[in-house]
This record gives sequence, structure tokens and C-alpha cells, in this order.
Amino acid sequence: MAYVAVKGGERAIDAAHAWLAEARRGDASVPELSLAQVEQQLGLAVDRVMAEGACHDRGLAALAIKQARGDLIEAAFLLRAYRTTLPRFAASLPVDTNAMLLRRRISATYKDLPGGQVLGPTFDYTHRLLDFALAAESLPAAAPEVTRAAEPAPRVTGILAQEGLMKPETISEAEPADLTREPLAFPADRSLRLQALARGDEGFLLGLGYSTQRGYGNAHPFVGELRVGEIAVEIVPPELGFAINIGEITVTECQMVNQFAGSKTEPPQFTRGYGLCFGHGERKAMAMALVDRALRAKELGEEVEAPAQQEEFVLFHCDNVEATGFVEHLKLPHYVDFQNELEKVREIRASAFKDAAE
Amino acid sequence: MTTATGYNFGYLDENTKRMIRRALLKAVAIPGHQVPFGSREMPLPYGWGTGGIQVTASVIGPSDTLKVIDQGADDTTNAVSIRRFFAKVAGVATTERTTDATIIQTRHRVPETPLREGQILVYQVPMPEPLFKLEPRVAETRRMHALADYGPMHVKLYEDIARTGHIAISYNYPVMVGGRYLMSPSPIPSFDNPKLDRMAALQLFGAGREKRIYAVPPYTAVKSLDFEDHPFRPIRADATCALCGSRESYLDEVVTDDAGGRMFVCSDTDYCNTRQAAREAAE
Repeated sequence: MAYVAVKGGERAIDAAHAWLAEARRGDASVPELSLAQVEQQLGLAVDRVMAEGACHDRGLAALAIKQARGDLIEAAFLLRAYRTTLPRFAASLPVDTNAMLLRRRISATYKDLPGGQVLGPTFDYTHRLLDFALAAESLPAAAPEVTRAAEPAPRVTGILAQEGLMKPETISEAEPADLTREPLAFPADRSLRLQALARGDEGFLLGLGYSTQRGYGNAHPFVGELRVGEIAVEIVPPELGFAINIGEITVTECQMVNQFAGSKTEPPQFTRGYGLCFGHGERKAMAMALVDRALRAKELGEEVEAPAQQEEFVLFHCDNVEATGFVEHLKLPHYVDFQNELEKVREIRASAFKDAAE
Repeated sequence: MTTATGYNFGYLDENTKRMIRRALLKAVAIPGHQVPFGSREMPLPYGWGTGGIQVTASVIGPSDTLKVIDQGADDTTNAVSIRRFFAKVAGVATTERTTDATIIQTRHRVPETPLREGQILVYQVPMPEPLFKLEPRVAETRRMHALADYGPMHVKLYEDIARTGHIAISYNYPVMVGGRYLMSPSPIPSFDNPKLDRMAALQLFGAGREKRIYAVPPYTAVKSLDFEDHPFRPIRADATCALCGSRESYLDEVVTDDAGGRMFVCSDTDYCNTRQAAREAAE
């Protein structure tokens, strides 16, 4: 009877999981991917999964990508579900991106500046022509060696601030909010907003950031600086009382410089939009910086009209693990509710027809 | 069954469970009020019961017997998945019998068999805010709850009646709890709403993605919104269960052919099976 088929069942789930495992592996005559291959050769996928999975571990991210068959949102979800089980034994000191070991550092606002422009490994000036030679396996020619600049590379926003042109940030010694432990609360302070954006979906933030450039949010942004590189993470164990280095992480930081018309009490200045994410994620860091600036509208006395300026809209919807879960839950059975809806529609229609007949 | 190695009993660590239990205690103390809590990522997706799972994980002990239903049935895929999860990470006994369970986690239904004191009914909640369709801003709905400013909901119901002659809400039908807080009963059919009223069991509601917990303590008044001249009326398909013959239970409509054939069967599989077994025993 159809009834049996409608309801699921243990055997169906087991069979589906077995099929999934087979589909993941694909044609068994093709060599299996190793985690090292994923980590090394799909490095930007690993970076994105670390950022959105909010867990800096290249090996685990590579495993998640393999397990998720390359579905990066599913991989971020796997990583989140794993990280939530880990004990939190310390909080790090604020990281110092000024002291970053730079792999890439560019500024669109100055032709040259202390520390120089460092292009690094970028797609920016490649021609997007499919390289058929890549289809064959080969080692690329060695890139010319350069010695990394020993010269310090001060942040561009700092250079503007020396002139008083950059609106200073509000410095707070308060414990920052932690959205992995406390639910979002509104109005959200900037630390909470930045936290949500840092693990927010790259595509969603890209669309929102783009919308601010197209008139939905009135942005006039410049890339003051974009830098990618390694920074040290330090903690102060209570039993030691001084900072120790527990390792390095790769981050991408973007500081957008935006116009600010000024007000009755303040002369015109530039304001900052800030983006930071794990790994090499320029698109993400830039989009985040645009959205961060848009979300400062209220604080800066601007009209709050566009979607990118509305913090509840942005923060509640930027998390792709939450979003994909709720969208995809529509696949779950809803026939109890649908049945009630059917009866209600029939009831209303019946009385409508009866009224019409009278 | 044994607990999966490498994970704490019930998956969550003890500090997280304590945090959730504190939220639960507050929720029980203020019936119908939504308590924010530090919802964790779970290995099941948001929207698939993470709130209910976290609540269950926080209240379950080794001696508990767990029942999990989805759409009233124990064998729907998501119910199977959640029951297996707890069998794996908590090693507890599971059952399909409503009367044998100490904890029942549910999505979209309240069992037909009346629950008793000592049982806990855990609801999976997608949108805890009953006002969200009228006011999407959470900061604003918090204010409305604080002031018991529920006029807009009554206006919505009134407009439904003015337009169609009926209140056009069939499931997730809003209720007043203890005469104070407007609450979403989760997307259960309105047919189930009367069961919430003065229920002997403790009712806990978990919304994982929205990070809210709320509760209805035993014997608390739960009233479905209505008007004197348009009293609340639970509805069900006007049919008989083809398997057990029940005329009282909530029914699923099963399409049997492409020529308009329909069959109605109980949504609550345990209720239906129990009645069928009793009938066979009597024969």
C-alpha cells in the first residue's frame, strides 16, 4: 500500500548513505584524492571553508571538503559541527596585523607607500583563458625568488589618521561579544557585527557589498589597503602570566576608506570599513569591509534605507550554515501542516461557494 | 548500545548543558517567554531540529527512554535520524510507545495519547517568534512582548475573518500562555492546540537557529486566540482512519491513484498501531 512507501525508514536511510559514499568516491578506477592534494592544490577552497567554518585548520578543512564532495557550504557545516565540540581553553590576545609577514599587500589609494606594493600570488592580472596545458600534469616553472621586505609596512589607514583625516575608531576595553556562545542581540555592537561577517557567506556578502556600490547604501569606497599573510597568535596562560606564541595563522585584511560628509560638529573625514577573514580570501574581506561600513550608517548619522545598512537583515541572513539548513529543511515532510492547510482552504472555499449560491 | 567514543554523553559538553538548563529553568519560570540561549552548531542541519536536539541533550539521562516523532510518526526519516543520533551519543533506550517514553521529541505534532506527569515533550521550533510575519525586527517584537502589545495579531485575525469569514491560520496557530505571553506552539496543526492547555507533562520548546528556548510548565493555561463571536475551532479531515477506524485522531491524506482516490490514515502511528492491536486482540 502506498502508505508504507510514503513514510521513510531505516533501510532507506542506510541505503542512501551507502550510495552517497559510493558517489563520493566516484569511479574507483580513478585514483582517490588525498587530503594533502586538497589542502595544497585546492587551497582557496580550504581557505573559504576555514573562514565560513570559523575554524583555522587546513587539514580538517581539507577533510571536510573531501567528505562533502566539494560542496563548500556542506564542508563549512561539517567543520562548524566539529569545532563546537572542542573545549575552549583560552582566548588569544588581539592579533597585530601591522606585524604581518606579508605575502601580498596592495593599496589603491597611494601609488607607492612605505613597505611598497606587493602583488603576491594573484589572479588579478591574469588573462582568463582556459589553460589547456594544465590538463596535462606538469610542474610550473619556478617563480623568481624575492627577499621579503624587511621594511615595515604601516597600515594605510594609519597614514591617513596621522593627518587627522581618518575618523578614529571607538576604543573599548570591554570584553567583545561572542556569537558562538551568546545569541545575536540587537542593536549589535561593532565587534559582534564583525564577528558575524567574518564567518558570513562570501556570496551573500559579495552581493550586499556590490549593492552598496550600485546606490543601495550610498558608498564611495577605496581600497585603502588589502593585505594577506601570516600573523602570530598569542595567549597568556594564567599559570605563566606572560604571552606565549601558539602558532601562526593566515589572514586576509581589507581596510576600505570611505567618504564621510561630516556633520555640524565634525569636519569631513574618511571613515573605515573593515574586513578580516581566515586564509586568503580577498573577495570576502573586501565585501565584508563594504558591508561593515554600510552597517555603520546609524552610528554616523546617515539614513538607514538600503538592505546592507540594516543590521538585523544582514546579520541574521549572512550565516550560510543557518541559511542552508532552514532553506533545505523544506525537503522534510510537512504533510501534517499541509493537511491542515488543505482542510482550511476547502472549508473557506466551501463557504465561499455557498455564499455565492445564496 | 554504547556511546560513541570521543563525545560526551548526549554530545554536548557539560558546560553547554548547564547553560541550556539555566535557560530552561528561566523559561519554565516565565511560561511562554522566549529565553535567548547560546545555541551551538550541531551535527544535524539548522531547521532540522537542532533546538529540540539541544534541549533533549540537556535534559536526558542514562535512565531515560526516548521517543522521537516527525509528522506524528516514528518512522519518518528525520525522526529515525534523530533517534539514531541519541542512541549513538547517549546510548539511551528508545521506544515508539508514547506511554513508555519519558522524553518525547516532536516535530509538527502532539501525540494523541494524553501525556502524564513526569513526561517531557520537546518541540522542535523553526520560528519561535509568533509575531514575525507581522513584525520581522526582533528588537521590535521583544518590545511588543514586554508591553504585551498584541493588538496587531488580533487585527490580523480580524482581517482574516473580514476577508474570508474564517481565521485563515491552520497550523502554528498563536496561543496565549498563562494569560500573559503570546507564543508560537510550533507548526503543529491547530487541531493539536487544545492538547497544550493544562497538559500534565512539561512542554519545552527549542529553536536552534533562532537561539531561543521557551516552555509551558505542567497544568498551565494555554488559550488559542479567538473572538467571542468566532471561537477557536480545531479542524481535521472529516474522515475515518482506514487502518484503525478512528474518528477522533488527526489524519494524513494519502493519494492512492491519479483518479482522485484518497485514503485517510492516522498521523500518529503509535496511536494507530495500538488501536489496531487492541482490535485484533478483541477479535
